[in-house]
Amino acid sequence: MSASATVLAGGSRLTPGPRSRRRRISNALASFLIFLTFVVAIVPLVFLVVYVVQRGMEVFGWAFLTENPPFSERLDGGGMAPAVVGTLLITGAAALMAIPLGVLGGIYLNEYGGKSVLARVIRFLAEVMTGVPSIVMGIFIYTLVVLNTKELNGLAGALALACLMLPIVIRTTDQMLALVPRELREGSQALGSRRVRTIRTVVLPSAAPGIVSGALLAVARAAGETAPLLFVIGITSEPNTSLTNGPNTALSVQIFFNATRPFAPAQDRAWGAALTLILIVFVVTILARLVTAFFARRQAA
Amino acid sequence: MTTPGRDMETTVDLPTTVAPVVTLPDDTGAPHGGPDGIHVVVPHHGDEGTDEVPEEQRQIVFELRGLEVHYSGALAVHDVGLDIAANEITAFIGPSGCGKTTVLRTLNRMHDLTPGAVVAGSVRYHGEDLYGSKVDSAEVRRRIGMVFQKPNPFPKTIFDNVAYGAKLNGRKRSEMHDIVEHALTRAALWDEVKDKLKRSGLSLSGGQQQRLCIARALAVEPDVVLMDEPCSALDPIATARIEDLMEELKREFTIVIVTHNMQQAARVSDRTAFFTAEVDDHGRRVGRLVEYDVTEKLFTAPSDARTEGYITGRFG
Repeated sequence: MSASATVLAGGSRLTPGPRSRRRRISNALASFLIFLTFVVAIVPLVFLVVYVVQRGMEVFGWAFLTENPPFSERLDGGGMAPAVVGTLLITGAAALMAIPLGVLGGIYLNEYGGKSVLARVIRFLAEVMTGVPSIVMGIFIYTLVVLNTKELNGLAGALALACLMLPIVIRTTDQMLALVPRELREGSQALGSRRVRTIRTVVLPSAAPGIVSGALLAVARAAGETAPLLFVIGITSEPNTSLTNGPNTALSVQIFFNATRPFAPAQDRAWGAALTLILIVFVVTILARLVTAFFARRQAA
Repeated sequence: MTTPGRDMETTVDLPTTVAPVVTLPDDTGAPHGGPDGIHVVVPHHGDEGTDEVPEEQRQIVFELRGLEVHYSGALAVHDVGLDIAANEITAFIGPSGCGKTTVLRTLNRMHDLTPGAVVAGSVRYHGEDLYGSKVDSAEVRRRIGMVFQKPNPFPKTIFDNVAYGAKLNGRKRSEMHDIVEHALTRAALWDEVKDKLKRSGLSLSGGQQQRLCIARALAVEPDVVLMDEPCSALDPIATARIEDLMEELKREFTIVIVTHNMQQAARVSDRTAFFTAEVDDHGRRVGRLVEYDVTEKLFTAPSDARTEGYITGRFG
């Protein structure tokens, strides 16, 4: 309206009027502020990664991944093999427990529960569980498992991590399934396919990219958790490939222990462990993206 | 399944007693309905009447009597009664909200999937109660296929889209290629996709996707194909192809189509049912069947003033 009024008032149609000038200024200002907040957000992240890589590279290498820590923590050298084994084992076991259960739970919520009271309650509880501090999960498993079995082992840690991952996987699955268009379900059922088959052959494959990336991000998050592992898995200075037999350790726990020592070599190993952990999470995240892209391409191509 | 052949006695009695088609209160009382409406010997069919089956030989696939559909307690469609014959194209037309899609979806029990939807009255399929307690809705849908308004290919390859229903029928992997080729050929899509069967069904154009969905429905070897506004998302060229296809398909299948497009109903269908929405005593809109007749008669000499009003564009 006013634009045409301006034009009518005289002058060129193409040069900005006073109102337009004001808009251009506020537009430029908003763009600048958005860019600024982006920089503020990204700078600490970059510093963190650069610093960890810098400090970590001092000790990082093949030997660091495959050797045991030295006899005394004052000594240089040695590696984090027990922690690498422990992290992979415990996180892997947790994923094996939490992902199938969580995906099935998500399927129940979206495909069967819908808006029923039970489904609403589960959804609410899953939401609450996502917000529970991870150390509380540790205490929970400590009371429930460790105090009863009188053993510190990797399985207890895996259970604690699985409790953390479960609500994340349930919610992602639930949300991803909700995005599958109703037309696809109807199309399958209109061909005489039953519900379970429809879910297995049409609904799940359509939602697979989202579910896979959600699950792998939950894995990445669990791999970095320290608190729930601290008092349920114990500690070991040699790789323990058994989940149930004897104490275990993990990179996150080793970072905590070594960084709080007053000896430089131990602190260096903490940085090395931090770098290793970041790399593992990085690999899992990349994997998540690749799998997502693979599924997405197969469906759209 | 009982014997499919329905003799004409059944067909003749019903309209006078049950079908609301002819007993609408505001009708002018002309004796159009009753046996007349059904017995039409189609005098004005002339040229294109070759594929018209004489009344006595019509084989009734669906008998709807006193059909009502409620959504969450609210009546959506009131007292529909009509017969749908084999190897004919039956069109449902009417303004939005008149219940034509709702009625279509009773024919393959799609309402089972809608929470809160209740179907009352009787729908007989080859004489068998479609809503009988022992009837399995998945089996129903294998006999009575459906094509939707929006093309909805699965996010799978073209081949797997078509093979999906055949696999449900327990067909062997070794037969699958022939089944897929046959179904795609019948859906007039084979030549366009034979070199890219491994591509995703979503890579096709809208019109091709819709024909893929038709091929997918045909691969299940149904008896009836229900089409819910199959062309409303397509351009005129794709629409023409689907209409030609329907003419081909009616030799093998019974087709029921819901359409917003009156010209389409006039072009392709043998019989047309006109629905409208009426406001009831409580101010709710309820769909009802106004008139059901041979398409040509319905469009040239409708018996009901409301049908005439709609087809001449005076309302709806």
